[in-house]
Amino acid sequence: MSMNNQGRPTAPVAANLNDRITVSGSQALNQATQLIFETGDLVTTGVDLPEPKGTTKSRLGTHARKGEIGLPGLSEPETMRHYVRLSQKNYAIDLGVYPLGSCTMKHNPRLNEKVARMPGFADIHPLQPVSTVQGALELMSELSHWLMTLCNMPAVALTPKAGAHGELCGMMAIRARLDADGATHKRRVLVPESAHGTNPATAVQCGFTVDEIPANGRGRVDMDALRVKLDGLGEDSDIAGIMLTNPNTCGLFETDIIEIADLIHAAGGYFYCDGANFNALVGRVRPGDLGVDAMHINLHKTFSTPHGGGGPGSGPTVLSDALKDHAPVPYVVKTDDGYSLIEHPTDGSFGRMCAFHGQMGMYSRALTYMMSHGSDGLKQATEDAVLNANYVQASLSDVMTPAFGGICMHEALFDDRFLKDTGVETLDFAKAMIDEGYHPMTMYFPLVVHGAMLIEPTESESKQELDRFINSMRSLALRAKAGLVESFKNAPVYAPMRRLDETQAARNPVLRWTPPVDVQEAAE
Amino acid sequence: MRYLPLSDQDRAQMLSVVGVNTIDDLFVDVPESARLRGLIDLPKHQSEQAVERHMSRLSAKSVSASSVPFFCGAGAYKHHIPATVDHLIQRSEFLTAYTPYQPEISQGTLQTLFEFQTQVALLTGMEVANASMYDGSTACAEAVVMAHRVARGKKSKAVLAPGLHPHYAAATQTLASTLSIKIDERDTGPGRDDNVINHIDDDTACVVVQSPNVFGEIIDLAPIAEKAHAHKALLIAVFTEPVALAAITPPGEQGADIVVGEGQGLGVGLNFGGPHVGLFACTKKLVRQMPGRVCGETIDAEGKRGFVLTLSTREQHIRREKATSNICTNSGLCCLAFTVHLSLLGEAGLTRLAALNHEKACDLADRLSTIKGVELINDTFFNEFTLRLPKDAEGVVQALADKGVLGGVPVSRLTDGEHKDLLLVCATETASDEDIAAFESALSEVLS
Repeated sequence: MSMNNQGRPTAPVAANLNDRITVSGSQALNQATQLIFETGDLVTTGVDLPEPKGTTKSRLGTHARKGEIGLPGLSEPETMRHYVRLSQKNYAIDLGVYPLGSCTMKHNPRLNEKVARMPGFADIHPLQPVSTVQGALELMSELSHWLMTLCNMPAVALTPKAGAHGELCGMMAIRARLDADGATHKRRVLVPESAHGTNPATAVQCGFTVDEIPANGRGRVDMDALRVKLDGLGEDSDIAGIMLTNPNTCGLFETDIIEIADLIHAAGGYFYCDGANFNALVGRVRPGDLGVDAMHINLHKTFSTPHGGGGPGSGPTVLSDALKDHAPVPYVVKTDDGYSLIEHPTDGSFGRMCAFHGQMGMYSRALTYMMSHGSDGLKQATEDAVLNANYVQASLSDVMTPAFGGICMHEALFDDRFLKDTGVETLDFAKAMIDEGYHPMTMYFPLVVHGAMLIEPTESESKQELDRFINSMRSLALRAKAGLVESFKNAPVYAPMRRLDETQAARNPVLRWTPPVDVQEAAE
Repeated sequence: MRYLPLSDQDRAQMLSVVGVNTIDDLFVDVPESARLRGLIDLPKHQSEQAVERHMSRLSAKSVSASSVPFFCGAGAYKHHIPATVDHLIQRSEFLTAYTPYQPEISQGTLQTLFEFQTQVALLTGMEVANASMYDGSTACAEAVVMAHRVARGKKSKAVLAPGLHPHYAAATQTLASTLSIKIDERDTGPGRDDNVINHIDDDTACVVVQSPNVFGEIIDLAPIAEKAHAHKALLIAVFTEPVALAAITPPGEQGADIVVGEGQGLGVGLNFGGPHVGLFACTKKLVRQMPGRVCGETIDAEGKRGFVLTLSTREQHIRREKATSNICTNSGLCCLAFTVHLSLLGEAGLTRLAALNHEKACDLADRLSTIKGVELINDTFFNEFTLRLPKDAEGVVQALADKGVLGGVPVSRLTDGEHKDLLLVCATETASDEDIAAFESALSEVLS
């Protein structure tokens, strides 16, 4: 067995190979997959390119690369097999229920993919003359119209590249507005403890200090605590604003949201709403009607652009009248001659957030989704998402423990009280779901609930599929209560891998492949 | 609606299980004044055929890069992408998976990220890399913030080279503006990058130098690294074209501490500027200060090698207001495209691709610079260079576009009006001899 220079085995350890009787390491369709560095070599290539003519003089100066890079190459069939095999070790929404709360794993229509690949969107350069990209600018303008209408907000900044980038955009706009008003002492941002972890991180990244507000026993902002913080403060207070998630991370609508907006405005602050859960509101509630000043919209969650194993996202941010002049560049404007781009900051704009115009490939997908649904379908999708979550919550309430009870929005939150004294932890329960054929729900989030389990079925699931899922969850809960602890501790057994050692990975990080060192050579 | 599986009968049954009468009863927590009645003023749902037709009509209103002789670069590059790449990224299990929080059923994404990190480290000549950022410009901004974290607030200055892409500088300026990071005065222009050495002092946390720079010039990073290190500052090396790294000495061999750049040139199309894929690599010593996702190797309960997301204690969901950055996503699907394209190319293919790019650009530069009044200002370049024109470059580019040639990017578009006579021109392997001839003759006509 070869060792890499971290002293970690680079090949599968032979310990329990007794239960693997095939030579290829095959478990039916689950083939062992080596790294490309262990299969490829420096001469193989899967791309036919012409030979350079060698007739021109090099202009690389003294900087021409000497020595090899060390990149393995694979032929086309080897490449195909490598990645198709890897793909078969992944769970995906196209395979089954993906109930990750707060992540919104809904169906990704393939029409979106087809449209995003149309040459007028995919094969255009961001710095081509504006006269040659009129269709793309028109699409961005249409998308803006849909987003502003759904939110009842007067402006939208399309450029943020992900939800967290959208948060940054909103908070930067707030800061630009405060600075423009000479309110540079306003640097305190209130953040409920149930907020997404990005919220306090964003506030700090914008140079604000974070002041936490606790949650009450109903899983919502503790209004008494909020009033204590804001009571008697005038417009000239040090409050820059509040960052609130609505529906919040407990899956609940903040019932006092209008009063929260009024209180924060009275203290001279602005209301940032984290729009990660906007999919529970589309067509039913408009953030502008709640007093929101800025809110990012995760196009990938609410408008179904695919998550792609972690990205790319897209986080357009809607802005109120008070903030709209501070939007980042670039943005699209309509003129008599068609569409035009404002690329350099004018008065008020807080500047540029990224190199080009944002995530065009996500805009085309999101607008396709919106047009496919229409105003009627978007409203129906919201209602179905909320209905599905409440159906799951109601159907599991007798065997699991809903954290707060009552009506939830698009996700159902349970805690670990039902596992008390069973010896089964939330993590074990989640891993056992894998053996049932499901991706686990979100665990240990939100932090305000002990052993949290957050389930978001989305509108994509049929009643039949939900019933199957509910049956599995019931059966797991009953097995835990019946003391069948071992099946939980050993789970997953049917996955491509057994439980992975995350502690070791963090303690002694191996973040890349390195060439094996000959054992004898290393010893010398 | 074709995407919604519930029937009205299902809905009625489910409402009764929940114990309410109507769907409105599920929205009782919404304040009365904020409840919408009826439909929002937007069109109703449309068939697949109708939406597709609308989008095709919009698409046809733009001129695509592949339909004309095309020579734009300046941070986004047109290369041929093998069909295999697009097929693989459309595999359901890659396309419709989430962040690999459950490693036992996400090994496909995780192993790919591990391979991607290794490829990026090799290409940049660095020890470690993360699992991608939004794009090159935001990676650059994050690197500057990281350098200030490394300096523990004891140094206030970031020095940005004159040849750093103006959009990268602007994105960095934006992120730095709210923190106590001072961007040293910056004077964008060609031929001035060596000056950064004079700006480095004990208050400098980092120096940011792009090579090849936005004008195409290849910069000698080693002396800048030496001066930076003498003042305990970090050298952040930037690139916008990953293919260039196969032709020039990698920044890691020239003393860079952090290397950031744009990976779009491999596997990811132009997409009008996004999504692209940010590459981020650094020395092993700095790894716990690095923003973004990282994937690490470990073993499972049977001792088999596997991969997990790791070092999450740096991340926002653990450290909240103390996190290294607020980033909680990567450019997953784009880094899959990058890594598949690079696996197909391999050392042999990438080296040849780089040679072809360089040759096309050399050929184009030779031909364009013989046109009367046109001056090539570069001493060195990879696949992109700068021309000084006898006329306003923006007008020239528009006139070329009217003749059906997308002939580069006027520098003034990046600098808010400065350097009006400079034109950035890029030639990749996709430029045919006919394209180059067409550009040459169109430019001659426009300038005559």
